[in-house]
Amino acid sequence: MSFIECIDLTHIYNAGMENQQLAVDRVNMKINEGEFVAVLGTNGSGKSTLAKHFNGLLLPSSGKCLVDGMDTTDEAHTYDIRRQIGMVFQNPDNQIIAAIVEDDIGFGPENIGLDPHEIRRNVTAALRAVNMEEFRHFSPHHLSGGQKQRVAIAGALAMNTRCLVLDEPTAMLDPRGRHEVMETVSRLNRERGITIVYITHFMEEAALADRIFVMDQKHMVAAGTPREIFRDIGTMKKRGLAVPMAAELAYRLQQRGVKLSESIINREDLVRALCQ
Amino acid sequence: MSIELKHVSHTYMPKTPFERLALDDISLLVPEGKITAIAGHTGSGKSTLIQHFNGLLKPDKGSILVDGVDIGTKTAEARAARRKVGIVFQYPEYQLFEETIAKDIGFGPGNMGCNEEEIAERVRFAMEFVDLDCETYAHRSPFQLSGGQKRRAAIAGILALKPKYLVLDEPTAGLDPRGRQALMERFCRLHREAGTTIVLISHNMDNIANYADNVIILNRGRVTLEAPPAEAFSRSELISEAGLELPEVKVIMDDLARHGLDIQQDAFTMDQAVQEIMAALRRQNRC
Repeated sequence: MSFIECIDLTHIYNAGMENQQLAVDRVNMKINEGEFVAVLGTNGSGKSTLAKHFNGLLLPSSGKCLVDGMDTTDEAHTYDIRRQIGMVFQNPDNQIIAAIVEDDIGFGPENIGLDPHEIRRNVTAALRAVNMEEFRHFSPHHLSGGQKQRVAIAGALAMNTRCLVLDEPTAMLDPRGRHEVMETVSRLNRERGITIVYITHFMEEAALADRIFVMDQKHMVAAGTPREIFRDIGTMKKRGLAVPMAAELAYRLQQRGVKLSESIINREDLVRALCQ
Repeated sequence: MSIELKHVSHTYMPKTPFERLALDDISLLVPEGKITAIAGHTGSGKSTLIQHFNGLLKPDKGSILVDGVDIGTKTAEARAARRKVGIVFQYPEYQLFEETIAKDIGFGPGNMGCNEEEIAERVRFAMEFVDLDCETYAHRSPFQLSGGQKRRAAIAGILALKPKYLVLDEPTAGLDPRGRQALMERFCRLHREAGTTIVLISHNMDNIANYADNVIILNRGRVTLEAPPAEAFSRSELISEAGLELPEVKVIMDDLARHGLDIQQDAFTMDQAVQEIMAALRRQNRC
C-alpha cells in the first residue's frame, strides 16, 4: 500500500463563487513509505496546493487523498494524519513561534498532551537528528536561515512524524543554509526511513531524490527517476523548468557532436563520461 | 559618476546589550553604467548596506556619495541624490497595498509630485517593461495576480520612479527557472536600453557569473573582495570563507580538470564551459 495516494484529486479555490479558480486538476500519484520524492513545476502549477492536501490542510474538491490508507476528508483521522505528516514552508520566520528553540520544538508534543518527560526526550532526540543540540537554549531569531529551517524540521520530528513535506524550504537561504537543509533531509530519509516530499525550483536538489514528479498547469504530467526526467531537456524547458547544470552541459556538448553515451545528470556522471 | 561609500560603519542598537556592528568600515564603489553584484551569506550585512545607498539607514561613521553628492545632509541637492537610487527589497510583493495595480505603481511617482498625465505615462512604461499588459491588468487588484506577476508588479512600482541606480535584493528568489531567467533578462535590457546602473544582491553565483561586471563580497560586515567575476571566482578560498559557493559551472570544470581533462582556461558560464571542453577534447584528439 502506498503511504500517500492521490486519486483524481482536484482542488478548486472559492468553488462556486465568482472568483473560483482551478488549482489542481485530476491528479493521480502514489508515494511509498520511505521514499524521497521531489515535486517540480513552475510558479502557479499547483505544487503547493497539492502538498497542502497531504496533511489535510486543504481537502479535495473532488477525488481523494489517502494517507496511510486514511481518507483526509474523514475528520476522525485528521489528528492521526497531522501527526504523521510534518510540513515545512519556505519562510522560516513564519513558522517559528516560541522565544527559545527548545520551546518551539516542544510546542507540538505539548499541544497533544504528552508527558513532560517524553516531551523532553522527544525534543532532545529531534535536536540531535538535525544537529542543533548546542542551540537548544538559543533564541530563534539569532539563528541563520538554514538553522531556523532545521528547527522547523525538528519541530516535526518531535511529533514522531513519518513523513516531511517541505515546500521550497531553501528558497530564502544562502548556499550554506541550502546545504544544511538538503543534507539534513537526505540523512533523515536514509537513516530513519522518513518519507520526504520535497518541492523545489532547484534542479540540483531534485536530482538527489529517488523519484521526481512534474506538474504543469495544474496537471501531473510526468513521474520518474531523476535520470528519466532530466533526460528530456527540451520538454523540461518547454514546461518552464530546467535540468541540472551538468545535464545541460552534456546536452550542449552532444549537440556539438561529442559522443556521450549515458544519461548525465550530475558532475560525477560528466567526469566519468569525459575523463575515462 | 557613481555611488561611493567612504569608511561607512553601522551599529544596530548601540549602547545596549544587543549592540551589533553590522557594517565595519566599508569603502566601495558602484560605478555608473555597470552591473555590480554584492554577495555574502545571510547576516553578512548586505541588506544593511543597501539601505545606506538611499539614506534609509544613516551611517554611524563615514559618508555616502551619490554622483558626488553627500546624501547625509538636509539640502535639496541631497534629497535629489537620494531619489536617484531605487531599491527593490526581497519579496517586494509583500509590499503591494493599493486597490489597483495602476494605483500601486503610480504611488511613488505621485509622491514625487508628478502630475496625473506623467503618472499615467510612467505606470504604462513600468508595466510594459515587466510585461504586464496595461489594458488587462491596470485596474485589477494586485492581490489577484499570481506570485510571479505580483513580483513583477512590485518591481514596476520602483521602475516607475525611473531610478538611475536600481538596487535589487535577491530579485529571483522563489521564482521558477523560466521566471528567473526572464526577469534577469529584463533587468539586462533596462541596463542596456536605459543605461540604468544595476546593483544585484544575490547568493546565486551562476547569476553573478552570467550578468555582473563587478563582484563585491561581504563577510561579517566587511568587504573582503571587490573584483570582476573572473578574478573573484579564482579566489575560491575567499569565496568559501564568505559562506558562498563557486558557480556550479566552475565547480564542474575544476572537477573535470582534476580528473585529467586538459582544461586551460577558466570558465564560469555555460557558453565558456562548452567552448573550453570542446577545445580540451580537440587537444586530446578526442573529437
